[in-house]
Amino acid sequence: MARMKFLCDAERCIACNGCVTACKQENEVPWGVNRRRVVTLNEGVPGEKSISVACMHCSDAPCMAVCPVDCFYHTEEGLVLHDKDLCIGCGYCFYACPFGAPQFPQAGAFGMRGKMDKCTFCAGGPEADNSPEEFAKYGSNRLAQGKLPACAEMCSTKALLGGDGDVIADIFRDRAMKRGKGAEVWGWASAYGKPDHPEQKAPQGAKS
Amino acid sequence: MSAKRNSAIAAALLAVVTLTVGCSEKEQVIVYEQGKYQGKPDTKPWENAPADSLHTTSTWTKGDKTSWEHALNSRTQKQNEYTRVE
Repeated sequence: MARMKFLCDAERCIACNGCVTACKQENEVPWGVNRRRVVTLNEGVPGEKSISVACMHCSDAPCMAVCPVDCFYHTEEGLVLHDKDLCIGCGYCFYACPFGAPQFPQAGAFGMRGKMDKCTFCAGGPEADNSPEEFAKYGSNRLAQGKLPACAEMCSTKALLGGDGDVIADIFRDRAMKRGKGAEVWGWASAYGKPDHPEQKAPQGAKS
Repeated sequence: MSAKRNSAIAAALLAVVTLTVGCSEKEQVIVYEQGKYQGKPDTKPWENAPADSLHTTSTWTKGDKTSWEHALNSRTQKQNEYTRVE
């Protein structure tokens, strides 16, 4: 196995926020904490693009580099996880992260920050797998159940892919090669049959 | 008079040296050292038996990483609709 990765296809994402909802429900994420969110660029302008963003589980994770208590670790599958028992909620990781992944629950009066919470790729944390303690601190451990992250598996348009980097890269490559832009667009042959005159070329534009 | 003058010059020199040293800048760039994880060890996902999981369709042998990876990779293919249609 190469390593676990997320891949969001901006051509497909329709900003339905299904991934956000799936994540919230699966991990029982508290109010004010968003492990995953959908960002829309050029909103309202024709050609706007949306993308689902969460922790990308970086190879050389900046959060890990700046953490003063060294609570982050890399798993064998390439995931960046952390130990909440060590986290002091300093917020350095939030400033270091280019994706805005680390989230902090408000833990009391005067805007005090609680321990950092972020996407775990549905892989839990350093507690006994699928134990109530692990669920309370880190959420669901789907990888230990032979499942993939809930956000990716629930994505209605399959814009968000999650899994082994090599496998999802192959899926995406296959998709990009097949989807096309004209009459060869995916699904048309099944839905509408083959073109009556496949040899017929599209009309060429010309100056009048 | 000369002794007084000499001591005044020495004091002035000392003041200049002290001020110069005091105002000079020390190298403040530290050498970055990568820290080591200080938390609890985590278990591997393939160390669980499929029977321990709720509603899973994946099957693998407990403790066998390769079979777990194979189960996950075949599940990943369910995200590829091109293998399901056409």
